[in-house]
Amino acid sequence: MSIADVFGKAKAENRSVLVGCMPAGFPTVEGSIASMLAMADAGCDVIEVELPYSDPVMDGPVIQRASDIALAAGVRTRDTLRIIEAVASRGVPVVLMTYWNPIEKYGVDAFARDLAAAGATGMITPDLIPDEAGEWIAAADKHRIDKTFLVSPSSTDERLAMTVGQCRGFVYATALMGVTGARTAVSRQAPDLVARIRRADPDMPVGVGLGVGNGAQAAEVAAFADGVIVGSALIRCVLEAPDQAEGERKLRALSAELAEGVRNRP
Amino acid sequence: MTAPPQQKGHFGRFGGRFVPEALVGALDELEAAYREAKQDPAFQARFADLLTNYAGTPSLLYDAERLSAAVGAKILLKREDLNHTGAHKVRNVLGQALLAQRMGKRRVIAETGAGQHGVASATAAALLDLECVVYMGEVDTERQALNVARMRMLGATVVPVTTGSRTLKDALNDALRDWVASVDTTHYLLGTAAGPHPFPEIVRDFVGGIGIEAREQILARTGALPDAVAACVGGGSNAIGIFHAFVPDEGVRLFGFEAGGDGVETGRHAASITGGSSGVLHGARTYVLQDDDGQTVDSHSISAGLDYPGVGPEHAWLHDTGRATYEPVTDAEAMAAFQLLCRTEGIIPAIESAHALAGAARIAPRLRAELGREPVIVVNLSGRGDKDVHTAGAYFGVLDEREEIVMGEQE
Ligand SMILES: Cc1ncc(COP(=O)(O)O)c(C=O)c1O
Repeated sequence: MSIADVFGKAKAENRSVLVGCMPAGFPTVEGSIASMLAMADAGCDVIEVELPYSDPVMDGPVIQRASDIALAAGVRTRDTLRIIEAVASRGVPVVLMTYWNPIEKYGVDAFARDLAAAGATGMITPDLIPDEAGEWIAAADKHRIDKTFLVSPSSTDERLAMTVGQCRGFVYATALMGVTGARTAVSRQAPDLVARIRRADPDMPVGVGLGVGNGAQAAEVAAFADGVIVGSALIRCVLEAPDQAEGERKLRALSAELAEGVRNRP
Repeated sequence: MTAPPQQKGHFGRFGGRFVPEALVGALDELEAAYREAKQDPAFQARFADLLTNYAGTPSLLYDAERLSAAVGAKILLKREDLNHTGAHKVRNVLGQALLAQRMGKRRVIAETGAGQHGVASATAAALLDLECVVYMGEVDTERQALNVARMRMLGATVVPVTTGSRTLKDALNDALRDWVASVDTTHYLLGTAAGPHPFPEIVRDFVGGIGIEAREQILARTGALPDAVAACVGGGSNAIGIFHAFVPDEGVRLFGFEAGGDGVETGRHAASITGGSSGVLHGARTYVLQDDDGQTVDSHSISAGLDYPGVGPEHAWLHDTGRATYEPVTDAEAMAAFQLLCRTEGIIPAIESAHALAGAARIAPRLRAELGREPVIVVNLSGRGDKDVHTAGAYFGVLDEREEIVMGEQE
């Protein structure tokens, strides 16, 4: 299913899309595949696979630690592609979130080709702004990979329009000024940012990420966003569990709670 | 040759802005404030006044005769080691702290490796009454406890960084993470001529006085330009600071000496240009130490200030265009030069700067052969060695066991 279809279906059901994130290879390649399938099975509509990177400047402590664990275990870029293939082949829509340098090192066009072959629908680029993305945009267009750039509460209207104009699939709205990590309250800046995006492009689906950790918060964000993106809270389920089985149990429980949240628009 | 960066802050294929969108607004604000300040005589006068009356510049250009005799070239040392806080870095922090003040930002954050930039930042913050938070890898806070104490005495908060390799690159990551969340009130006082546009340009301009002064001083002294200018390259600020004024002088060879650690061939080094490859790190495209997957590889150097797996993008560009030449200098070569300067001139250099001295000694015979006369080389003595006395003492075994313990406790 394409991302456009996923958002279209959710819209028809008057709910938001739930996007659940998990670093590739955390804590092992097989473990991460099992986690992602459990998340999808328990209600995540889209799996956002994160490519572990040594210097993740947009990420808070939970994702940093999970990435460090994956890298220490020796995960490679080609493992990430293998993981995407394993999850996508089960019919789960998969997008990749990656910092830019690993893609540049792999070869931009070759990566877009292999990412498409692995079955991912799109790629989110947290440290690549459209201004620097000429090569990526060309490769993604050629290999039909959706492009998701980030917009932030600090983006000017002009940049916001430019960035949304370069997105395909959905745009990622960072709910607050900060790094990833669950917060106790939903950001007050998020609804305003989403409204500004809608003024720039009423048709582009908007996923909101940063800070969502439970069903109530998911419901709150679902009230104004097309997609709710949850990372750290899910990853913590595995990080803090004594073993994979317990991690998956917690992942299923939280995914189900979040899935109910995105259907519970207040 | 036109002075880059051109539009969007690129130096040829290097530089740019590889940052989260959340930082673009702050970078634009910084660029606009800098362009205004550059044209504002009041700002320039204040900066010049602090450089002269607070930092003690222009630094001397010293004719090092005994060193010259030892290496077979006329060596002139640009004495940045005599500046307040003991290195070239004071120029950058004063400029940026004034910019922070101008932007109405009352808080500055900084990353530091050995603690030199952290101490300089804390100094400027104390002077201009700004709140200062310094991110420092946990490993480095242990290695450089004396500088942690200095920063605290100057009123700064030191945050030990416990992620990744717990060294400079991770401190930089945490400073960026802080900045994403605090851009409204906070200026990121980046410590070298690296990072996203406009930092490489701003830092270069603030430290650019080194080269401007050196060029005037040597013309006044000898009536001619030097044959070569040499500097060590960590992130690249002291090197770009002395190179920049000489870039249009095509007869002046520019040499940057990177930290070769145990030798580039061993993989244990910090030579991003000579031992790395093109990539993106900390907001810019440049040369990076990385593995086949583009993951950053840890760097190694006896000199904490050069121990960084990237380099400023303008150096990457000067390398690509061939205008400057970059070579690695090993720990052993640097320490030999360190000792040579101590013994011939009575000057204890920073180990960083000793890399430039070692490089100058290496190129001297080459230049002599090429020119058929004694070459004239200006070496940027970027800092003094007080901070390195413990490392050097241990390296040369000049301390007996009991003294070693006392020194260790002091640090
Ligand atoms: C004395 C001295 N020289 C050089 C450096 C390296 O930095 P850069 O390459 O930015 O000049 C440092 C950094 O701490 C330093 O303290």
